[in-house]
Amino acid sequence: MTLLDIDGLKTYYGADDGWVRATDDASLSIERGETVGLVGESGSGKTTLAKSIIRLLPDNAEIVDGSIEFDGTEITELSDKELRRQIRWSEISMIPQNAMNGFDPVYTVGDQIVEVIRHHEDDTSKAEARERGRELFDDLGIDPDRIDDYPHQFSGGMAQRAMIALALALSPSLVLADEPTTALDVVIQDRILETIKEMQEELNSAMIMITHDMSVVSETCDRIAVVYGGRIVELADAETIITNPRHPYTLGLRNAFPDISDDDQELISIPGSPPELVDPGEGCRFAPRCPFAEEECWEVTPQPESYGDGHQVECHRADEIEHLQAEAGKKETWREQDLGDREPVGTADEQAAEAEVRLDD
Amino acid sequence: MSTEQPSPIDSTTTSIGERFASLRQRFEVFEGDRLGQIGLAILALFIFIGIFARPYTIELFDFTISTPGLAPYDPGERAVGDRLESPSVAHPLGTTDMGRDVLSQLIAGTRVTLIVGSLAAFMAVFIGTNVGLISAYFGGWVDDVLMRITDIVYGVPFLPFAIVLVAVLGSSIVNIIVAIVLILWRSTARVIRAQVLSHKQRPYVESAQAIGAGHVRIMYRHILPNVLPLTFLYAAFAVAWAVIAEASLSFLGFGDPNMLSWGEMIYNVYTANAIREAWWWVFPPGICIMLFVMSVFFIGRTLEKEVNPELNHQ
Repeated sequence: MTLLDIDGLKTYYGADDGWVRATDDASLSIERGETVGLVGESGSGKTTLAKSIIRLLPDNAEIVDGSIEFDGTEITELSDKELRRQIRWSEISMIPQNAMNGFDPVYTVGDQIVEVIRHHEDDTSKAEARERGRELFDDLGIDPDRIDDYPHQFSGGMAQRAMIALALALSPSLVLADEPTTALDVVIQDRILETIKEMQEELNSAMIMITHDMSVVSETCDRIAVVYGGRIVELADAETIITNPRHPYTLGLRNAFPDISDDDQELISIPGSPPELVDPGEGCRFAPRCPFAEEECWEVTPQPESYGDGHQVECHRADEIEHLQAEAGKKETWREQDLGDREPVGTADEQAAEAEVRLDD
Repeated sequence: MSTEQPSPIDSTTTSIGERFASLRQRFEVFEGDRLGQIGLAILALFIFIGIFARPYTIELFDFTISTPGLAPYDPGERAVGDRLESPSVAHPLGTTDMGRDVLSQLIAGTRVTLIVGSLAAFMAVFIGTNVGLISAYFGGWVDDVLMRITDIVYGVPFLPFAIVLVAVLGSSIVNIIVAIVLILWRSTARVIRAQVLSHKQRPYVESAQAIGAGHVRIMYRHILPNVLPLTFLYAAFAVAWAVIAEASLSFLGFGDPNMLSWGEMIYNVYTANAIREAWWWVFPPGICIMLFVMSVFFIGRTLEKEVNPELNHQ
């Protein structure tokens, strides 16, 4: 059963020199209880995509086009008040990146959990809400007596757990986890992910996990959407993304993460930097950094093509999968000089030079 | 917030117990803070003196409750002693040029200081905090309009403005408070605005939005408590400033003629040409102004810890 259906979503930011297309033509649907990972580098638009779902965007951002249907309700058409009353937190909650700052420093964690519960359930008494908070703390492995502590008295891992307690307080059907473990060390990270997973299964909540860490998504997610330059360039189940990706960017990403079973593996990074998203024009956004880019890639924006089993790829050359996968494993393929004779639209140097010219004006 | 549910007796008693505990906790910040304790003690003393300065007679049904005043003489009565008599047992702080008792005047003058200090500061900080909060939170044209008004007020010099206002509306304590408030809110507004601008970008505000809180709730329940330390600090500044402003106005002869204040006492010394000789008449009101302002500062400094848990637990 489909819980969330995003179709052709375009969320743009108004900037001085035009629209920044942070999310461009993204389509994604999520089933109940399912976990979908959004992977991509910083600035790829994954957070914008997730925040569009509860319309938690800065003032200069605008959902220009597309629809977000949540459980039969069109979110883009709700009034602010309806959104606040019916959707936010009670149906869709969020685990922010840095839990420590996500709490209001002047209230105890318990007060904030009670506030959240009572804000949405008028007939729940303070004592009941508090009891629920204590139970959640217990479930998440925090001493329930610490519910009366202030956020700054918590360690990073505990604060993150407390934030998860807050996010799950109303048993939402969808949780947006915005890099929930980025600020933590790997041991704590693993435990937190496990806890999230357990709680999620218990409540049968769906989850969108935003991260740039391939290992995190491969461990926790059913499906993975790879985001590049505001577009979902590849979408498939986790297994396929890890073992059999078709998009050159995903191939590159995979190269950049170590494989524990392969001790000789050399990590290969993708040259260049993320694309400029102000009026990017036609063509594949990855083309400037793609070792396999052809004439067509520069001129025509690739559309999602289906490769069975819900595997969708936005690439003109996705058909030549064997060739791409073979080449992508070699270090020479990703050398920067190999890109030398192409038009360097999106390279860091070019953008820096352009910025300087702008300053000179 | 919805109203409290009617609860059984035992939970009522615990809630009273909790309330008492939280009240005690409120004063816990003063523990180990010598300056705060001194400030509290001085302020309490002034409040006590202010309340019981003059004798009261309260008629309640058949009862008549009367309390004796602290002032040994009527502060306005002439010739209770000789002219410019130096301190003695009968007149611990001597007498004025009219033969009035200085100690009695000093005690009676506490009231004006308390009224002006508390009312003017509360109103000024109330207006300033709201202007700053609304201005920063909504931004855009709201911010523009409110901040340009603040700019204009910043351009108005206090004394000439107050003198004109008091001259036009008449010199009463209400008009003096109005004049002080109309000028005093500006600095609070500016500082609170700056602080709110930074706070509204913080993740906890976004969390509150995600939770489904509306504008009013985010502004007053989430952002305001975070900027409250500054508000308290500026309230302390404002009390001090208001007391000094009232004293200045009174010293210049624009005080409320019906209510004797410390500033007016110094004005009287000055007009009586007695500053050089009657030290017992000049120093007490001056020292009282200083002590009062100081006590308020000490308390403001301590309160900052109460509202900011991070400071409290260091």
